Parts: sequence; structure tokens; C-alpha cells
Amino acid sequence: MLSGGEMIVRALEDEGVEYVFGYPGGAALHIYDALFQAENLPHILVRHEQAATHAADGYARATGKTGVVLVTSGPGATNAITGIATAYMDSIPMVVLAGQVQSHLIGEDAFQETDMVGISRPIVKHSFMVQRTEDIPSIIKKAFYIASTGRPGPVVVDIPKDLTHPEHKFEYYYPESVSLRSYQPSHKGHTGQIRKAARLLLGAKRPVIYAGGGVIQGGGTELLTSLSRKLNYPVTNTLMGLGAYPGSDRQFLGMLGMHGFYEANMAMHHSDVILAVGARFDDRVTNTVGKFCPGAKIIHIDVDPASIAKIIPVDIPIVGPVDAVLTELDAQIDAQVAASERALPDTDALADWWKQIESWREAHGLWHGRRYGESDLVMPQDAIKCLYEVTNGEAYVTSDVGQHQMFAAQYYKYDQPRRWINSGGLGTMGFGLPAAMGVKLAFPDADVACVTGEGSIQMNIQELSTCTQYGLPVKIINLRNNYLGMVKQWQDMQYEGRYSESHYAASLPNFVKLAESYGHVGIEVKDKSDLEGAMKEAFSLKDRMVFLDIFVEPHEHVYPMHVAPSGAMKDMWLSKTERT
Amino acid sequence: MRRILSVLLENEPGALSRVVGLFSQRGYNIETLNVAPTEDESLSRLTVTTRGDELKIEQITKHLNKLIDVVKVVDLSEGAHVERDLLLVKVRAVGVHRDEVKRTTDIFRGQIIDVGPSSYVIQLTGPTDKLDSFLSALGETEVLEVVRSGVAGMARGEKILAP
Repeated sequence: MLSGGEMIVRALEDEGVEYVFGYPGGAALHIYDALFQAENLPHILVRHEQAATHAADGYARATGKTGVVLVTSGPGATNAITGIATAYMDSIPMVVLAGQVQSHLIGEDAFQETDMVGISRPIVKHSFMVQRTEDIPSIIKKAFYIASTGRPGPVVVDIPKDLTHPEHKFEYYYPESVSLRSYQPSHKGHTGQIRKAARLLLGAKRPVIYAGGGVIQGGGTELLTSLSRKLNYPVTNTLMGLGAYPGSDRQFLGMLGMHGFYEANMAMHHSDVILAVGARFDDRVTNTVGKFCPGAKIIHIDVDPASIAKIIPVDIPIVGPVDAVLTELDAQIDAQVAASERALPDTDALADWWKQIESWREAHGLWHGRRYGESDLVMPQDAIKCLYEVTNGEAYVTSDVGQHQMFAAQYYKYDQPRRWINSGGLGTMGFGLPAAMGVKLAFPDADVACVTGEGSIQMNIQELSTCTQYGLPVKIINLRNNYLGMVKQWQDMQYEGRYSESHYAASLPNFVKLAESYGHVGIEVKDKSDLEGAMKEAFSLKDRMVFLDIFVEPHEHVYPMHVAPSGAMKDMWLSKTERT
Repeated sequence: MRRILSVLLENEPGALSRVVGLFSQRGYNIETLNVAPTEDESLSRLTVTTRGDELKIEQITKHLNKLIDVVKVVDLSEGAHVERDLLLVKVRAVGVHRDEVKRTTDIFRGQIIDVGPSSYVIQLTGPTDKLDSFLSALGETEVLEVVRSGVAGMARGEKILAP
């Protein structure tokens, strides 16, 4: 016989949860007391509930498992909202357990009461309000099942305090499986559609494979890579998809979209067939929808039917899990190649297409010759290149939001999935450090870097303390330019340099001393000749959290950048003075 | 184009708010909404009328289907169907209007279900356009209050909406 609080802890253990990220408070105290007595459920006490959600999120992105968060009612729950929205926008599996005031107080504006189910409704995949203690195990089972299957997402479970009371004990039984009549995620694609897709793909003369975060989440990385190589088709990844195809491979065109690579955006615009896999044609990719890839026929594979034809009409929609569909597509391609009398795909056309792509690459490719300015200070791009070299391209890189995020997406080549961890959809500043903590807990022996700026890092800087408590030696790579860099870039480009509220004057802390006060190591880099040495030192201190405060050129912009509004994918600024 | 979507919904607390929330969150319009339990007490049936082109209706249907509490969605307007709306209207019924309103109500096959010294409450069922016509046929009669149930509908013939 178990109490509600004990049931929650047991159910999490039975679910195989490795870490719970959370923060206690009144309505969650019965649960926390049960947790105190648990043997196999480590809890990470963060310093703010937003960080708990981002840490669970980082853990989930790096491992593919479901992240778990435990917070109290009221402010505990509302503080978690930004992190839940972040996970929702990027389809990250997460279960958030929130304490609630006692059942009989609900609706009475009780102390620390908030309607968590209501306030989180638009940003969850689903939510539950527990009404009977006996239901706790089956609700938790359902929560994990819903969060992790189909298109993943966060699930909130709201638990009134009286239902976790230690004296009210019930029979505990954790269900082995779950079935819901109203939720049956698809498990394979439509064979007829896949056959048509194979035919269209093999007939392409200027193909592009456009792969998003869904390829990583759907376990399709290897399948996509082998298929792309077999066909010798160029591949571009979205911001969320980086690592879905090896970043240092010849066939990789780099990221596409607003700050995408010239060759990736040009190839998309001039393509005749696009294979979109686990991507959602969002506005940071398409630029003006009416001008999107005018000559292209589009095949779209996605597990979520609502993502298909939401923004751009497609020619061949295929609803299904990426791995199952790619497996079948691969077999169809083999069968059609074998049955064809002429050589497929058209090697001559493909050779011309690659020639064209190479000429784009040579003209304006980021990795083909220096495309950015010089400064006495460190150029931010060079800081990322240095990080890439010192970590041999093998680090887990989390990022915050802004210019540093785009530089980290452009200049670090991710050869493996789940190494690049950033808030793509919601664009949440403050995501990077707590996410890095979650990654480091999952992979204690790996190098984990948080690329950030002095704006973002201060949004969750309190987590330096959590890193001390649990000994989490992540490396903070702070690209410090004294501005909210991306805001400043837009103000430069669209507001004639009126820097409205994007500068800190002389108010920034001494980050070295700040890090030291938490027991960490702080290193300042002001001279570019010190960059490499400092970076090496930071990563040589295996057991220490290091705050690397790099003073970078403040007036640098991120390029390429889509011309907006009303530009097409091919319309880009390439520097402050050149555009396509 | 006006569409009638019929939705089978788990009869769970908060389920209706997810449906309504979806419409406002994604900028879709609800013209009428009707919801009540069915013969199976674990299910509610909801009928919503909305407007939009093919693409928009497709997106609405897909997003409704994504809600975990939604068991099934059909677009009734895609096939032969029957639809009914219930109208209650309270009118000022004095002098010549008393007889005239009675006559108009008879023509539309409505019923006067409450008679007051200076007012009637009229009940009328039918498709939306019939109710609209009735209201305009009341002419100069003073309408004091109107309440409508919103459209409820089902497919004609053998076709059924079941989990």
C-alpha cells in the first residue's frame, strides 16, 4: 500500500527515470518527502523552476529519453511555463509534475493557487488533473507514453496536495502498457505515396534533401545519411536538424534559412525536387512564402499530419514516423533503380547540379575562405571555430539565443545527432546553461560547452550555484560584445542604428570573479592571441566548471541574412554592403 | 465557405476548453458551437460551424485530431447530412402584432411556448437559414431576446460517427 506521494516516486522509478529536475514548495511537500526516502531517484535542485525545465529539456535532447520536472503550485508552476513552451515548440518529450493546492481549495484563490492546466493548455501536448489517488500510476504511465510517442512534446500532470497525503494509502500497480482510443500515432507511411515519392526523387535533376529536427527525434539519422549518399544528393539541415546529416561531409550544404548558408539557400531556391523530412517550413526557413522555391516539387515526410501543407502546399505528403518511411523509401528506390532500363538517378544532370553548387560554395560559402571582418578583438566566428578545433568537433554544444547561437550553428560542424542543443522554435534566452547541466548529467565524461552571450547568460546565471552543488563541469563560452547583439544587428539594419535598450552601459559584472565566487574557474580573453590557449586550458580542466569570458568585436553582424520582408530564399545580405 | 464539423470528444474535465482554446489560439473562427453528452456517457458530441477555405478546414481538422481528448472528427458538409438549430425568441406581442406574430409562427411551423400579457416566446427548429428567414419575417415586431442552440447535425443514411 502506497500513498499518492509514494506512488509518484515509485511510478517514476518504474518508468526508469534517471533524474528529476525540480524545486520544492508547499503543495509538493508530500511528494518531496516520499522522494527523500527513495533510493533510486536522484533529484537535481535548481535555483529557479525555469532552469528545471531547460535542464530536463537538455537531458531529453541529448539522450532521446523523456525529461522529468517536479515543481510546486502557483509560482513554481508559472516559472516552469517558459521551459514548457520551449519544449513544446521543439517537440521535446517532457513530463512536468506540478503540485496543486488541496482539492477542496481549488477555485478559491487559495495561497499559491494557479490554474496550471489552464495556463499551460496552449503549450502542452496534453495535460492531466489528478482526481483520485488510485489513478496516479496510470496517469503517469499515460503521461510518459504521450510525451514520448508520435510527435513528442511536454505533458503536465497537476496533482492536488491532498491526493499525495502520506496517511492515505492505496494498492499500487504500474501498468505495463497503455492504449488510448483517441491517440494512436501512425507507425508506417502510405506505401502508394512512398512509391510515388521514390519515382519523383529518382527523376530529379536538381534535388535537395531538407532535413529537420524530426529526423533526429525520429531516429532517422543513419537512414537519411545512407540514402543521401546512395543518391549523391545534396543535404541541408534546419537549425533544429543540425547533426541529422554529418556536418563535415562533402554533400552537406550547411544550415538553410534566415542565417543559412548561401549554397544551401541557393540550392533550395533553384531545386526541382525537395525531399523535406521532419521539418516544418517555418518562417525562419521559407522567407516570403509566395516566393518559396518556385520550380520545386515537394515531398514531405512527417509524423504530424498537421505539419504537412500548413505553410507550403506539397505535392507528395507522407504521414508517418521518419524511420519507418525512410526504410520503405530506401527499398522502393532500390526496386525502381533495379527495374529501370535507364540509369537512375540522372548522373549527368546531377553532375551539372553539383558543379553549380560548388560554384556557389566557392563564391560565398562560409567554410570556403574567410567571409567576415577583422578586428583587434576576437571575431565571434573565430571563437566558435576555436571551440570546434579544441573539442575535435565532438563536444555537446548548448546555446542561448542571439548572434552567438547563429555563429555556433554556422561554424561548429556537427557530425552526430543530439550534439547541438538549442531553443530553435521559441528562441528562449536563458536556455543554454541549464540545458548544459542536463546534458552533463547524462554524459559526465563528454565535453559540454554552453555558447552564450552576456545577455542570455544573465537570464539564468543563478544556475552557477547548481553547477557547484552537483559538480557539473560545463564550459561557458561567453561571447561578450556589450550589446544584445542580435537586437543591435536589427537596429543597425532596420532602425538606422538607434540602439533602443540594447546596451548595458557599464553595468556588466566581472564574470571571472562571479564564477570564482561560486567556486568555479573564470578566464578572461581580451586579446585574440590568447584565445586558443584559454580555450585549451578551459577544456583541460576536466573537473572544473569554467566561465570563459571572451571579449568579441561588438559591431559584427551575422551573415548571410535573408532580405526581408518580401525576399525569396535566394535573396540574402552577404555582408554589411553586399547582397545577392 | 461554411463548414459543419462534428467531433466525438472524451467526456473529461477540460476537454471542451482544449477544443475552444485551439480555435482561438490558431486564429480560427467559431460561428456556432453545440455540445452535450451522447448515449455513451464516456463521450460528448460537439458540433462546430466555422468558415474557411479547403486548406484552413484541413488544418482545423488535423489540429482537432491531434488533441488527445478528440476521438473522431468529420466534416459533415462534405456529404449529405441533416442539420438543425433551435431558436427561442421572445417578442413584444401587443395589439396587431399579437395576431401577426402568431400567423408568421404558423407559416414557419414554429410554436409559441410561453404566452405573457405583452410577450410571446416562440420556439423554432430548422437549418440556420430558416431561422434567419423567420427572424427577418418578424418585420416590425419588436424582438426582445434571442437564444439559439447552435447547429447540431449528423450524416444522412447508414453513415455513423462512432469511436
